[in-house]
Amino acid sequence: MSHLPILQVILPLVAAPSCLIIRRASLVWLFTLGVSLAALAVSALLLQQVYTTGPVSYALGGWDAPWGIEYRIDLLNAWVLLIVSALSSAVIAAAHSSVARELAAGRQTLFYTLYLLCFAGLLGIVATGDVFNVFVFLEISSLASYALIALGRDRRALWASFQYLIMGTIGATFILIGIGFLYMMTGTLNMADLAARLPAVGDSTTVLAAFAFVFVGICLKLALFPLHLWLPNAYSYAPSIVTAFLAATATKVALYLLLRFTVTVFGVDFALASLPLEFLLIGLGLAGVFVASAVAIYQLDIKRMFAYSSVAQVGYMVVGIGIGTATALQATLLHLFNHALMKGGLFLALAGLVYQIGGCRIDAFRGLGRTMPWTMAAIAIGGISLIGMPLTAGFVSKWYLVMAAIDSGLWWLGILIVLGSLLAVIYVWRLVEAGYLQSPPQALAMIRSEAPLGLLLPTWLLIGANLYFGIDTRLPVAVTAAAAQFLLGGAAP
Amino acid sequence: MNDSTLLQLGLLIPLLALAGIQLTGRRANLREAVSLIAGTALLAAMASLYRPVIDGQVIAAHWLDVLPGMALAFRVEPLGLLFALVASFLWIVTTLYAIGYMRGHGERNQTRFFSLFALSIAAVMGIAFAENLFTLFVFYEILTLCTYPLVTHAGTDKARKGGRVYLSVLLGTSIGFFLLAIVATWLLAGTLSFKAGGVFAPGTSTALLSVLLVLYVFGVGKAAIMPFHRWLPAAMVAPTPVSALLHAVAVVKAGVFVLLKVCLMIFGLETLQSIPATEWLLYLAGASILLASIVALRQQNLKKRLAYSTVSQLGYITLGALLATSAGATGSALHIVMHAFGKITLFFCAGAILVAAHKTEIGELRGIGRQMPVTMTAFLIASLCIIGIPPTGGTWSKWYLMLGTFEAQQWLLMALLMASSLLSIAYLLPIPLRAFFEGSGGGSGGGQVGVETGGERPLTAGQGEAVEIREAPLPSLIALGVTAAGCVYLLLYPDVFYLLIKAGI
Repeated sequence: MSHLPILQVILPLVAAPSCLIIRRASLVWLFTLGVSLAALAVSALLLQQVYTTGPVSYALGGWDAPWGIEYRIDLLNAWVLLIVSALSSAVIAAAHSSVARELAAGRQTLFYTLYLLCFAGLLGIVATGDVFNVFVFLEISSLASYALIALGRDRRALWASFQYLIMGTIGATFILIGIGFLYMMTGTLNMADLAARLPAVGDSTTVLAAFAFVFVGICLKLALFPLHLWLPNAYSYAPSIVTAFLAATATKVALYLLLRFTVTVFGVDFALASLPLEFLLIGLGLAGVFVASAVAIYQLDIKRMFAYSSVAQVGYMVVGIGIGTATALQATLLHLFNHALMKGGLFLALAGLVYQIGGCRIDAFRGLGRTMPWTMAAIAIGGISLIGMPLTAGFVSKWYLVMAAIDSGLWWLGILIVLGSLLAVIYVWRLVEAGYLQSPPQALAMIRSEAPLGLLLPTWLLIGANLYFGIDTRLPVAVTAAAAQFLLGGAAP
Repeated sequence: MNDSTLLQLGLLIPLLALAGIQLTGRRANLREAVSLIAGTALLAAMASLYRPVIDGQVIAAHWLDVLPGMALAFRVEPLGLLFALVASFLWIVTTLYAIGYMRGHGERNQTRFFSLFALSIAAVMGIAFAENLFTLFVFYEILTLCTYPLVTHAGTDKARKGGRVYLSVLLGTSIGFFLLAIVATWLLAGTLSFKAGGVFAPGTSTALLSVLLVLYVFGVGKAAIMPFHRWLPAAMVAPTPVSALLHAVAVVKAGVFVLLKVCLMIFGLETLQSIPATEWLLYLAGASILLASIVALRQQNLKKRLAYSTVSQLGYITLGALLATSAGATGSALHIVMHAFGKITLFFCAGAILVAAHKTEIGELRGIGRQMPVTMTAFLIASLCIIGIPPTGGTWSKWYLMLGTFEAQQWLLMALLMASSLLSIAYLLPIPLRAFFEGSGGGSGGGQVGVETGGERPLTAGQGEAVEIREAPLPSLIALGVTAAGCVYLLLYPDVFYLLIKAGI
């Protein structure tokens, strides 16, 4: 049990090269699925352990904290680890048929190898308690994801990947510069030590510069408006499964980093005092919500539309951090989870569409309610959750966010948040209208051609989770409430 | 049977009906039988709740806590039961009518139609019995979503446009204002449960409460207070039974019911009187009544005119609730019933005319009384019910509303109600009167038909006397007869509902 934190990361990391030995695509798929499920089990155990006995510290290689690398799991990263591994399991379960259809036979093994590397990188970022280690894993996951995006069928995927490479590298460099400054001022890379030593040198401009570099670097990875320009291209041209995976996990991990750095490492007091952070986060978050939602309304490519919607949803989460109260952080953490469920489900449903029709422009949706009833229903329900209708998961996080805004006396913010979800109504309803009220184009007229079961089941697993966690909210609400309390230095659970 | 079980049956019966309709979808007669049986069972269940509720028993059911302190829970309130009784009775009648209409008009996708109809009724039951605002909001949104495919049933471009307006207004107001109001109520009062006399502590700032009240009145878009009334005329593209569902059974009634309940059991009449915004909103409701009446006068399409008449009449109900006197609230609740019976009859008639005579414009209806005497008699009675003069039940609700303005000493509003009643006479009564007492459209139209078909049908020989009686299909005719009779019956025996209202206010 005591080796769980490292097991979480090392499992996929070791498994990645093993894929190259197995070679046969369907076997590799099974293997990857197994690894992902094992990671899920580990993260569930970790969360359970942290929830009952408090944070877990693990010294890598037996070297204690200031010298060695420490893995430190508290409620916040246990929660994010669970989200990442759960979503990864659902996505990889759906991968087999979609990957077989979208990728050339020779590249499928490569795909799973890269996938596991990216997965390991993401888990590593979340699990570690060492800032340099964060950078290392960030590069592992980023390099893997550049390659994954470049595997897309469309040649534009190469350009999208290159664009992401440039932006991502700038972001990572910024983070590295920031970490360098921090090391210069404090002589440590351990997060807990940094948190303890930073207040003493908090006045220096070097620390301020470090914070600014780290903040901008993370926002680039997070695709916070206006640093989001890489995201729509990357999501639209990547293979469908990659889009689903990145949308459900990568931005979530970046958001975790933002939380970790602002709240734990620098501390809320420093972060709020040194930069007009509240203003920045709420302002940029809201701008993201409105601009990205408005752009989403006019997209003809639906993958791209949901990519913009992701930028908007990141906006909500960032607004939550900006408000900064316990309820608001809880709303952010809830939305982290719920948005992963929604976008995971939606992008998997789109993968089914691409599998059957070969594309997912808005025209492809005409009459989809007849030809692919299950896929269309999944998209409709996922969309309703995205809007935030009651009895779906989306409602829960939106409720907490609006409540946090009004509770802090920010009435106008509450109003703007609900207005933002009205924009979601517009872009979701375009699909519903096309799917249910228009007749299918002649070529496909009235033939039922549902996506393969292997794709449909994981899709509906996630969509079902949207409904389930909209009704039985005990688990996410309890964990996020405790995590938010813990983050703000309240009674540690 | 346990009363709490009966309450939950109210929610389950429509859902079972939905399953039954889906299963028997291929056999139309069996499918319609399922609807009718479920309707009867639902009415029976609701009726057997009547006695215990009058006796003041607490009938409640708790399903589950969605968020801490926010439960999906139900409790039977007299007003909720009133709404449920009306809706379940009218479900049967509307089903009966729809059988005739949908077949007579050759509509497609009838199984989907009846399924969604049942689902809407389930949502209505949820709204009627909601124990707290959260439960109410959930079912309110479900009702919006499951009536949307009914509005766009035809699937044409026009239907899609109408559906877009319908959805954007209803979702826009409910997410934009209603949800915000609920969150604020939760933060201010710490509870969302309905409580007689209101939930706010006495010292709560009236400025905040004013904002809240405005949010509620605009947020409940289903109550169609101007300027958020556009969805009602837009939804007229739907088949007539759907219009009946929207106007009488479910949607708008859910809207005004929610407003009434919020006024009575979230604010409480006393708090309501002390809020500055109430006065302002009263005049808004008044303006909505008057303007909608004037617009109705100018409509030449029968269903459009009826739609604006609904907007105007909903204003009465909202106004009654906002008067914050017991007579006003009584009138408001009674008008929910009376308007339901009157307006559903009017829509049934409009649909009957469409099916039997293929006419939609008011100008074409001259002399049609001779062709469709039963329909037009029902139309006349229902018009009287909406206007509020004997021999119909509408008299009572208008009486109490007047009394309410008197109690609140709102003389201007009293004058406004009278003026609007005159307007409603002007836009409703000429239709049946011309249908009976004037020659058919332009004097020649009907005559020509008579002449042209004269060769084939010797029975229609002469002028004037010639018109053959051609009513809508029998099930539709029965349905509109029943509701018209209901209008008259309610004049003589309003106490079924009156007792409930007295128990509830």
